[in-house]
Parts: sequence; C-alpha cells; structure tokens
Amino acid sequence: MGAFILRRTGVMILTALCLTFVVFFLTNLFPNLEKLAKTQGNARMTDEEVVSWLDSNGYGGPMILRYGEWLGVVPGWTREDEETGEITGRCIDFGMDPADAPTRCGLLQGDLGFSTVSDDEVGNIIGGRLQLTGILMFWAFALMVPAALLVGVLAGMREGSRLDRSLSTFSIASTATPEYVSGVIFIVFLASSTTGLSPMLVELGWLDSGTLFLGSARSAMENITFWNFFLPVVTIALYGMGYIARMTRASMAEVMTAQYIRTARLKGVNFRSIVMKHALRNALIAPFTVIMLQFPWLLTGVVIVETLFNYNGFGWTMVQAASNNDIELLLACSIVAVFVVLVTQLISDIGYVFLNPRIRIA
Amino acid sequence: MDLLTWTGQFGSFLNPLILASVVIFLAGFFTNFVLTVAGVRPGELEIQGDGTMAINSTPADYALATMKYAVLLFVLCCIGYIIGGLVLPTMEQKGIFGAVGQRFLPVWIALIVTFALSITFKRRLGLYGKLFDSLIGMIGFGLVMFWVFSAIFASLVAPFDALDQISSMRNEVPGTPTPEGEAFSHYLFGGDRLGRDVFSRMVLGSTYVLQIAPLATLFAFMVGITLGLPAGYIGGKLDTVLTFVANLVLAFPVILLFYLLVTPEIVQAGVPQYMSMVLFLFPIIFLVVLFNSRYHTQPTIRNVLVGIAAVVGFWLYFSLISDRANLDSAVRFWPESVDLFNIPGNLLIVFVSVVFVNSPTVFRIVRGITLDVKTRDYVAAAQTRGEGPWYIMLWEILPNARGPLIVDFCLRIGYTTILLGTLGFFGLGLSPESPDWGSTINEGRRLLTVYPHPALPPALALMSLVLGLNLLADGLREESLKD
Repeated sequence: MGAFILRRTGVMILTALCLTFVVFFLTNLFPNLEKLAKTQGNARMTDEEVVSWLDSNGYGGPMILRYGEWLGVVPGWTREDEETGEITGRCIDFGMDPADAPTRCGLLQGDLGFSTVSDDEVGNIIGGRLQLTGILMFWAFALMVPAALLVGVLAGMREGSRLDRSLSTFSIASTATPEYVSGVIFIVFLASSTTGLSPMLVELGWLDSGTLFLGSARSAMENITFWNFFLPVVTIALYGMGYIARMTRASMAEVMTAQYIRTARLKGVNFRSIVMKHALRNALIAPFTVIMLQFPWLLTGVVIVETLFNYNGFGWTMVQAASNNDIELLLACSIVAVFVVLVTQLISDIGYVFLNPRIRIA
Repeated sequence: MDLLTWTGQFGSFLNPLILASVVIFLAGFFTNFVLTVAGVRPGELEIQGDGTMAINSTPADYALATMKYAVLLFVLCCIGYIIGGLVLPTMEQKGIFGAVGQRFLPVWIALIVTFALSITFKRRLGLYGKLFDSLIGMIGFGLVMFWVFSAIFASLVAPFDALDQISSMRNEVPGTPTPEGEAFSHYLFGGDRLGRDVFSRMVLGSTYVLQIAPLATLFAFMVGITLGLPAGYIGGKLDTVLTFVANLVLAFPVILLFYLLVTPEIVQAGVPQYMSMVLFLFPIIFLVVLFNSRYHTQPTIRNVLVGIAAVVGFWLYFSLISDRANLDSAVRFWPESVDLFNIPGNLLIVFVSVVFVNSPTVFRIVRGITLDVKTRDYVAAAQTRGEGPWYIMLWEILPNARGPLIVDFCLRIGYTTILLGTLGFFGLGLSPESPDWGSTINEGRRLLTVYPHPALPPALALMSLVLGLNLLADGLREESLKD
C-alpha cells in the first residue's frame, strides 16, 4: 500500500511538472512577451526595444532557465544597470536592499509573482478568489451529491421499472444541459422581471416586487442569501448531477443482481432493508470515484457560472487573466487548477482501494 | 401590421386543450407518485381459470394511462399548431408557432420520409433498423435528424441571412412585423441587439454546429483508435508512455486549455497550426495501415488502395493546413493552385482544440476495449494463423469493438457540441458575428434579464440537439445489448 501511494505520488509530481511547463511555455511564447513589453513599456516600441526591455526585465534567456526561476530551483535573475549601478532582480522587491534579497524566489518558496494588471501580489489575489469559489463549490456539491445518489439508487434498485425509466431520462436530460444553457434558462424564467415566473407571481400578489431569484451573484460575494446564490449553485449542480446519477444507477443495478442480494430475498428480507442494509454500501463504492473525478469538470462549470452570474471567484479571475495577458496570474491559476485535478485523482485512486475490499495492493 | 400572437387562430381552441393536457399530466403524475409512496403496486398479468390472461388494473395503472393520454394530447396539439401554420392563409392567423412550423416544412417532409422508409424496412437495416423498436431511440433519432435536416435546408428555412440587419428591429420582441419590402414579413423570434433575425440565426447556426461537431469527433476517433489499439494490444513501454501523455492532456482543465490555445498571441506563434499538422496526420496513417494490413498479400490491390489513400489524404492534408489567405502563416509549403480549399484560421483553431481535447478520452476507451477483446479466442486464432499485429488490431479487434464505439460516438458528438458552445460562450474561436449557438448565447446574455428572447432560442436548440444525441446513444446501447 505504501509503495502504491508513493508511486502514485511520484507520477503525480511528474505530471504536475509537465503540465506547469506546458502552461509556462504557452504563456511565455514570444508574442505574449512582446505584448507584455508593449503594455508595460511603450506601445510603440521597435523590435529591438522590445528585446532589450525583455532582457532587462528578466524575460530573456532560455525558457527552461526561466521556468526553473519561476519554480524556485534556479537562483532568480539579477542585473546591474551599467550607468546607475542599481541592481534589479527577480527576487528584489522595489526599495529592497539587494543584499537582503533571497537568491531563489518561486513556487517552492511560496512566491507566485506579481500580477501586472491588478498591481498586486498574485498570492493575495488568488487567496480571496479561491475562498469565494470554495463556497460556491461547497454548496454545489452539497446539493449535487445527495440528489444524484438518491436519483441513482432509486433508479438502479429496480432496473427497467417505470421509476428507473423516468429517472434515467431525467439524468440524460441533465447531462444534455450545459451550464450556459441551464443558466440562461433559469435566469429567463426565474430571475427576469419581464418574462417567466416572477411577473406572474407579482401579478398574483405572491411576490412583493422584483424577481423570484437574483440573476447576478455579485451581492453574494459579501452576503450569501438563498435569493442571490440559489441559481448559480443549481446551475453548476444540475450538469454534474446526471453523470453521477447514471454511474450510481449502473453500480446499484449491478449490485442488485449479485448473489448475496438474491440470498437475502430468498430468506424473505423485505425489499427496503435489502436496499438500505445490503446493497447501498457496496453500490456507493464506484460513485465515490466518479464524484472525485467530477472536480475537474466542475472547474469548467465554475468558470462558466462565475462569468454568467458575475461572481468574481477563481474562474472569473482565470478568464480575466487569460484575456488580459496577465502571465503570472494565469500561471498561478493553472497551478491551482492542475493541483485540484491531480489531488482529486490521487484521492479517488487511493480511496477506491481503501473502500473496495476486493482490491488489495501488496 | 400588428404583433403576432404565439398561437394564432387555432390557439383559441388549442390553447385550452394544451393547458388541460399539462394539468392532467401533472395531476396524473402526483396521483401516481402518491399511490407509489402509499404502496399501490401496478397491476400484474394473471392467468384466469378458463386459460385466458387478464391484467387486474390498480389505480396506479389508471394514473399512468392518464399521463400517457395527456402526453398524446400535448403532441397532437403541437401538430395542430403546425398544420394551422400550413393551411391558414395569413400570418396573423398562423401565429408564431404556425409560421415557424411552416418555415420548417422541408424539414418535416424529410423527417416523415425518413421515418416512413426506415420503419417500413426496419427488419433489413441491422442495428439502425432496431433503433425503431425503442421509443427513446426514436425520439432521439427524430431530434437529431430534425437538426440535421435544418442544417441541410437552412437556406430554405431561414427567411433572412445571418448578417442581415434591420436597424428598426433592434431588440424587438418575437412576432414583430418587419418594415415593408423586406424578405419576410415578420421577425418570428424577434430581433437581437443589432437588429438581426433571431430565428434565422438559430437555423443557420445549426449548419456550423452540425458541420464541425461530427467531423471533429470523427478526427478524435481516428487519433484515439490509431493510438489506443497498439497501446492496448502491444502494451509494455508504448502503453505506459501513451497512457501518461493521455492522462496529461486529461488532467488539463478543458477551459484553461481552450484559453491557452485560442488566445491571439498563441495563434500568432502558430501553436494550433503545428498541432493540426500532427493531429491531421492520424487519419492518413489510419487508412494507409488499414489497407496495407488487409491486402499486403495482394500487392496490386494494396498498391492501388494505399496509393489512393495516401494521395487523396495528403492532398486534403496540405490543403487543410496551409493557409491561402495568410502568406506569412507558420505553415505554408503548398502552391496556391493546388490548395483545394481554405479553412478560415479561426475555424481551424476551434477544430484542432476540440479534437485535441476529445482524443485522449477516445484513446482510453479504445485501449480498454482492446485489453478486453484481445483475450478472445478469435484473436488467438488469428495469431496462430500468423497474421500481423496491425491486421489483428484493425480487422479482428476493431470490428468487434464497434458496438461501444458507435454508442460513444453519438455521446461524444453531443459533448463536442457542448464544447463548441463553451468556446462560443467565452467568445473564443469563431468570429463574434457568426451565428453558431454558443456565440449567439454569449451575445444574448448581456441583456438577458431585459431582453430574454435573443439568447433563449439558441440555448434550447443546443439543448435539444445534445439531448437527442444522448437519447439516440441510449437507444442504440439498449438495442445493441439485446443481441
């Protein structure tokens, strides 16, 4: 078991290195740097000026060295100005004595760099945004997982029954509705003052005024209420739900045909306790893996929903960073994304081995 | 002229009926639910004393039957609106639904012909014919074919061009009459922010989606199969490396990958073009190996087939990757005279990124199936005969893996459609004025709470197409398992 975890972790670190290098490579291609130089320096720079600006700001040199600097395994660049004798460098903050500065500053030292667009440390930006997204993810999971498991178990306990057919159709419909479709539909029918349910309810006098739900989650960043946060959470939960429900159904249907279930039925155990006591625990092993692997998918959903509902979380930051050519911020965002994906994969692998007594890894 | 009503003249008696059908359905649903919770079981077949069989119906059965008839009534009402649209003379009498139904006339005819022919000959059509035994599969197939025919007949169905603007029609509600002298008397689903017809854009958008999604999926399958078969069959170091690379791509959050591939600076550096050079090689490799492994004992046939595959393949390949418009593009080693066609740069990038995202999943599926199939006896028999590894992979294993692959192909077209929509939603890829559904939703969402009508039709269209593909896949799976 120990060797298995060790090997998985090793592969994970290798994957993380490869992925971060790919992101680093793609964000540090010359056209990106040229654009950065022109936005930071002068929009009308000549090609030579661009190259010299890049050199003096540490963007020159081979890509692999810069990746090492960013990672924090290679000493950060320093450079002495020939005229003034002033020393600048990657690790030397503004107004800092060069002698006091650390030699290496990168990911391993916890220094994620500086966002050129927001004029702030990347670490400061990411922290707050991640918290906001964490809240959104938490509620989405709190809604999605129990609902999906319930639907899946109910559908799978009597395979082919009417209940199974209607619930399966529901799960298919939910997997066919991506977030940008369900979000638009929800906003139109529940959060618009001109169409949908809200004006009807106002006319009936059941709703004071305004809308049933709020179509923008901006106010939820300070103060979460059911009114302003329900729609984004449901939108995320709905798309992921169908998939988990179908996997749970398949797993439940398989367990229900097992020998020990037949034995229990022949003994005369009633159906309810067969489902609750005998089948459920074994049927939930496979969905656990699926739920953990759902995290990366949720990441895309989070980006869409945060853009649609104006919720300035992690996904929104990533979109902004990518469209503003904010290299360091985008790199940090991708680190977080890659980290989430790999850690959930690791947990799902190890958790599966722990949960399933039939698998033993020596 | 006045604003059109939604349902027109037939609405006066169809509207109450359709409302009644909804109420009856809901009532039936709740009764059924309450009865099921209360423990009333549906009736079962019983053999009576005189040898006949009878179903002893319970209230649960009656509730279900009510629901069925309510659905039937609902469908009949919808057909009624369409017939109203076809037979009533003026636009006011047709209503919006009737007029839309009339615009879709070529699609209805094509659908009826397809279904009539398929159901008549379904016993002779193999798996495709069996699809018509399952209701779910038929509904899915109907939805998919509806959009396929809309894409084919788009120029007949859509009254306006995708970019036609009428400035007085900005953000007008559905059913607003257009000024005198325009191509069509009304904007059936209203006008968008720039005064373009929402209905026409929805219909024309289907052409984009239905061209790119199946083709991109096919390419992803070519890549996935060409790499997945040897990974599963040969195994060893090759498998380890390929699986690692596939996992690497899979671990990339899709949305980040899109942003990295589609941003203008990276396009300028030529990354997507280099990727397309690699990815588009796989179909040629696939075909050449396919023919070579089958006919290598008959050199004449082999040479002809491989030659055709290679020449046509490479011609298309170079036409595809070389960009005629852009002289300093990263890839350009093909004289203009033989460059068959030109894919607009944006389209190529979107295509490549979608293929790239889909291939690793296909790879994993193919590899899994191969690992399972290669233990079968017929593979062992082929090995004993002394067949080469590629023959076994492509002519023994692949045909026997077709069932799950066809089902996954349908599902994956749906997923690709969703991905394309995601790209459009973020304004990546295709040009912003293109009528594809994702871009239209993106444009409509800015004023969503005030003017909901521009965003809703493409959203529902996308949903119905993907739903149709998923139902079709479900029906196919069910029917193929019956064998």
